[in-house]
Amino acid sequence: MTATVTSHRPQPPAQPVTLRARRLPAYAAPVIAVVALLASAGVVYGAGIGGPVLVVVVAALLYLAGLYAAANAVEGRRAARNRTWSALIHSAFVLAVLPLASVVWTLVSKGSERLDGNFFGTSMNNIGARDANGGAYHAIVGTLEQVGIATLITVPLGVLCAIYVVEYGRGRFAFTIRFFVDVMTGIPSIVTGLFVLAFWVLVVSPWFNDGRPGFSGFAAALALSVLMLPTVVRSTEEMLRLVPAPLREGAYALGVPKWKTILRVVLPTALPGIVTGIMLAIARAAGETAPVLLVAGGGAAINFNPFENNQSSLALFVYQQAGEASKYSPARAWTAALTLVALVLILTVAAKLLARRNRLGR
Amino acid sequence: MAKRIEATDVTAYYGGFKAIENISLTVEPKTVTALIGPSGCGKSTFLRSINRMHEVLPGARVEGSLTIDNQDIYDRDVDVTAVRRMIGMVFQRPNPFPTMSIFENVVAGLRLNGVRRKSILEEAAEKALRSANLWDEVKDRLGKPGAGLSGGQQQRLCIARTIAVEPQVVLMDEPCSALDPISTLAIEDLMFQLKDKFTIIIVTHNMQQAARVSDRTAFFSIEKTGDPGRLIEYDNTQKIFSNPSQKKTEDYITGRFG
Repeated sequence: MTATVTSHRPQPPAQPVTLRARRLPAYAAPVIAVVALLASAGVVYGAGIGGPVLVVVVAALLYLAGLYAAANAVEGRRAARNRTWSALIHSAFVLAVLPLASVVWTLVSKGSERLDGNFFGTSMNNIGARDANGGAYHAIVGTLEQVGIATLITVPLGVLCAIYVVEYGRGRFAFTIRFFVDVMTGIPSIVTGLFVLAFWVLVVSPWFNDGRPGFSGFAAALALSVLMLPTVVRSTEEMLRLVPAPLREGAYALGVPKWKTILRVVLPTALPGIVTGIMLAIARAAGETAPVLLVAGGGAAINFNPFENNQSSLALFVYQQAGEASKYSPARAWTAALTLVALVLILTVAAKLLARRNRLGR
Repeated sequence: MAKRIEATDVTAYYGGFKAIENISLTVEPKTVTALIGPSGCGKSTFLRSINRMHEVLPGARVEGSLTIDNQDIYDRDVDVTAVRRMIGMVFQRPNPFPTMSIFENVVAGLRLNGVRRKSILEEAAEKALRSANLWDEVKDRLGKPGAGLSGGQQQRLCIARTIAVEPQVVLMDEPCSALDPISTLAIEDLMFQLKDKFTIIIVTHNMQQAARVSDRTAFFSIEKTGDPGRLIEYDNTQKIFSNPSQKKTEDYITGRFG
């Protein structure tokens, strides 16, 4: 009896005799890469079926296959899979970064042509098709004012809304707000532009504009704030939910009222994340063309007053210059695009620095 | 300073779930009372209902009567923040405010309740940190973040924060469960000193700790999972650990159950 029981006992898995394993030498991967590149170039150019892009694609596939084969032969299956997946992940990273690098390069190389004082100091007023001068001063003013006003409207509204939903909201009402904020996230920007056109420009603004509908930078700011609001609410909401409940309880246990707990403990803890969300919303709003075109109307002259008359914006300026029949306008469009990206970048960096200044240095 | 707490038929719910039922006990001023019992028996729930922290959770509510020096804690006209200022609480895991320095953490309770004068705050911070046996370790780095301290120091920081608002009662919810033995000892020593000024109620899973630090011990238990927790026995700590009158208590403290 005992003998049968023992013989039926499952065999333990074979223990490795040594902890060391055979490894591919360090030069193996680069050598495979070079061989793959040469072979790929030979095949592609030899057969005359493509250019450098196809060479790189074929070389990458050859490299993956060669690496797997070599690793499989020397190191075994697990190591071969590990190497292949690592290579795939790295390729995915390169593929993701390539467009970004390409965009930055194109912007800088083409945008630097008109990067001069005239571009930043003048508007397009009285600039004809044969005039090499002319700049985006009016558009920069418009973007700053419109995005600034939109931010002033959106941030208090959005943050307070998120605080309500996270800290106070119970039941159906809070659920409904969350649902509609989600729906708003998907509204196309042209629709918000049309909404403000129909509601503000055509119906409300005639009341204090002698009965005539008034295009203005403020109307554009309204459209942009409709766009920004869901982003700000959602990101603030997520950040507030990340603040651990024990922090709130710790403050309550000191006899701190709820509103003060939110203001002095919860918000400061979530601040860096909230600022990031706001900056994402600002970046999105600054790049919008359609709503500005619909309700601010564009315009070539400098207009500092966002409440009266047409205003342009950088994104709209890019759109208009790109379509203009003048050999000088593409350069203006590129420089305006570069300016827009630089502006958003500067704002983002500044906001992050400000948010960090409140935190303690370690 | 320290005050007497009387609980009469306290029953607490989480939504439809009854967590504790008909708990009645009296805590004398300037004593340490330990609440012991198996997990889920409602010790923490009872502790949290004493300073009205239970109701912070959605759907949670308390029935019965809880008084502090004959004032009803659950009276309709009572200001919750006043209750919590009178009855401080230290939590299981140290929870210093991450955006505040050590100094700001200690005086958070005072500052957020409107105390502005720097001299008052500094005096209170030093006093509280000295009482929490933390002053010597942090006096040179009061401006550094509270989250940069070790776990035991963070917990003493939280105790300092709690006693800086000069409460009359201090509730401690397993304050040592996340700490090493040396930090635990430091906090137990602290409890001995604090007992001169405060009434202390501590929830603990560590029976040696209950035996070491407390004057009175309350044993809570549940029949089975899903039943409400009940108070089985409440007596002098020495009596509970040497000659308990209930069979269940004896089984629990000798390790035969729970």
